[in-house]
Amino acid sequence: MLPTLNGRIQTRIFMLATWGALITLLITPILPNDPDYKTTYIILATVAVLGVIWEIIYHLIQQFRWEKDWPTLFGFITCVNEGALVWLLLELEAIPGIDGEVPFSTFVIDFMVIWVVIWLWVNGPMRVPLIRWRFFGGRII
Amino acid sequence: MDPMHATVIPQPDAENYLPAQPVAGDLNEQLLGTDFWTDEMVAAAGIPIIDVPFVSVGGGIGSFVTVDYLRIGGVPPEQIRVLSALDHPWQTYEYLTRVSQIPRGERLRSDSASRPDNIWGFPSYGFVEGFKNPKIWWQLFTEPIFNDYYTPHAGRAFRGMEREASRIRYNEMLAKGLVRIIRRRYGGGYFSILTPPEGVTGTKRVAFRSRFVHVAVGYPGLKFLPELQAYRTENKDYHHIVNAYEAHEHVYERLMTTPSTVLVRGGGIVASRVLQRLMDDRLLHGAQTQIVHLFRTFINGPNDGNGENPPSWFMRRRGADGWAYQGFNYPKSVWGGQLKRQMRKLEGEERAALYKRMGGTNTPYRRYWQKQMKTGRQQGWYQLMIGTVDKMEPRGDRIVNHVRTPQGIVPVEVDFVIDCTGLEADIAEHRLLKDLLEHGGAGRNPVGRLDVERNFELRGTRSGDGIMYASGSTTLGGYFPGVDTFLGLQVAAQEIQADLAKHGFGKRIGPFRSTNHWFKWVAGSQI
Repeated sequence: MLPTLNGRIQTRIFMLATWGALITLLITPILPNDPDYKTTYIILATVAVLGVIWEIIYHLIQQFRWEKDWPTLFGFITCVNEGALVWLLLELEAIPGIDGEVPFSTFVIDFMVIWVVIWLWVNGPMRVPLIRWRFFGGRII
Repeated sequence: MDPMHATVIPQPDAENYLPAQPVAGDLNEQLLGTDFWTDEMVAAAGIPIIDVPFVSVGGGIGSFVTVDYLRIGGVPPEQIRVLSALDHPWQTYEYLTRVSQIPRGERLRSDSASRPDNIWGFPSYGFVEGFKNPKIWWQLFTEPIFNDYYTPHAGRAFRGMEREASRIRYNEMLAKGLVRIIRRRYGGGYFSILTPPEGVTGTKRVAFRSRFVHVAVGYPGLKFLPELQAYRTENKDYHHIVNAYEAHEHVYERLMTTPSTVLVRGGGIVASRVLQRLMDDRLLHGAQTQIVHLFRTFINGPNDGNGENPPSWFMRRRGADGWAYQGFNYPKSVWGGQLKRQMRKLEGEERAALYKRMGGTNTPYRRYWQKQMKTGRQQGWYQLMIGTVDKMEPRGDRIVNHVRTPQGIVPVEVDFVIDCTGLEADIAEHRLLKDLLEHGGAGRNPVGRLDVERNFELRGTRSGDGIMYASGSTTLGGYFPGVDTFLGLQVAAQEIQADLAKHGFGKRIGPFRSTNHWFKWVAGSQI
């Protein structure tokens, strides 16, 4: 991908608000350990909020790349640091609105399904409805 | 003129064909000397007028992708004419890539999602190729970190364009011939003068009267290094000194039969491809070629186009063994990311400076080439030199190059010289562009090419409600850098289509239209 900082943040929020919200709606009832919608949607919101900070960090890293691009691989493997941080905050019970423990399997499946779908979507099909998106740094508006 | 009205082909009558004309329907002094033409002037010259709202001049890939966008934007083929000497849009491109050693079976230097036959870039070339060879998906996933960039075979790109051309009914829009004059029309719009192939029409010229014109005539021409040109002319030797962009298969044929020495000049993609051909012939087919590779600028470490040493941490390109390494013609983000956004805001000298900084000759790092060059260096048949050539002279059947190096002048005797420096001629070498600069109101940008707006309107050429656009290599140096590439032509086409839609010609391509047309593309439905 060839994002600008503004485009990164817009894409992140747009994708989590569309695919993220839809997948959460569909997946929550079938996740192990029977989490409630409140928990899964708060996890989604946490990924979005922390994501804005992550995007700023990624943008800084991108400055060291001659091409000023963000390889497909980076878009995928950043699930590791982002997932780990959210999990850490869950463990520390530092995320407001989530009471009690969220089992690891519940979190990993929820997080990874959303991550993979969004990653696949932005690396291809996204260009179909939004033909300007890829030429404008990932900006939606 | 109503932009949406259909083509009208006037019937030849006395008004159009004055019996006093010495040659039927030709340009005359009055027309050539006038910047704005009236309908009467053209009719008085006996040139028949064809009305069509939109004309694209060139007929290469630039015209093709622009017309593709317009057709997807709902413009019917009757309202578009492509004026071109080419039978199909990829003709010139295929010729140039073939002689510069990228025949259909070899891979281009182009990104997976840069598809001239598909405005969405999805599915990308690599994604499709992966169905036959799933390893490609792994390459797409890991490029460019653990793998070379995926690039498509030339043949795949040409086949795709052929399919799309038939889908959008490209041939119905094609009017064959050469255009060397476009003039503004008194009252708005333009006249594009087409010289059709002899005998096809009753007159020597035909005038296309249109509200909109798009100019995409491609490279104005090639320029040889001055010393090579001088040698060729003085010694009438077009056999031993060749440019990589002209047919030079005879060189490789001779090398297969006679052990010889070749001097390769240049440090770009074409030099890489020519070297690969020479090395493949040697390593796989038994040629005994000695290669001398002359770099003018020898890169051996991090670099940028300014030659700063060391370059800033934030603009630092890889380099080694003479080469500057870069995946594609430009740093990737010029096609949509940070550098595109940055350049869009710059004017004049600042823009020229950023062009220079990210420029400089470069080539992709490909593992296969690295291996070949390493073998060549170890076995001594691939030698590097740094310098320029002062003089060349014949010695029997061979050529002595007096190479000016940091250590002094060194004579290098070789059998062939292949010029891969890829110099381009000035835009004024092209007759149409020269005429636009002199009579059409067009001007030059900070790097000397055609000056276009952010929407690719050719600055200074407005004519009433008419607009002229330009895209492709002739507009290099504008607010968008990657113009002379597949994806760059599409970026330009998107801007042009959107601007035309604002002026009522075609419809805006929003999410619904875009998705709907994508499904039609997948199904191969003709539109």
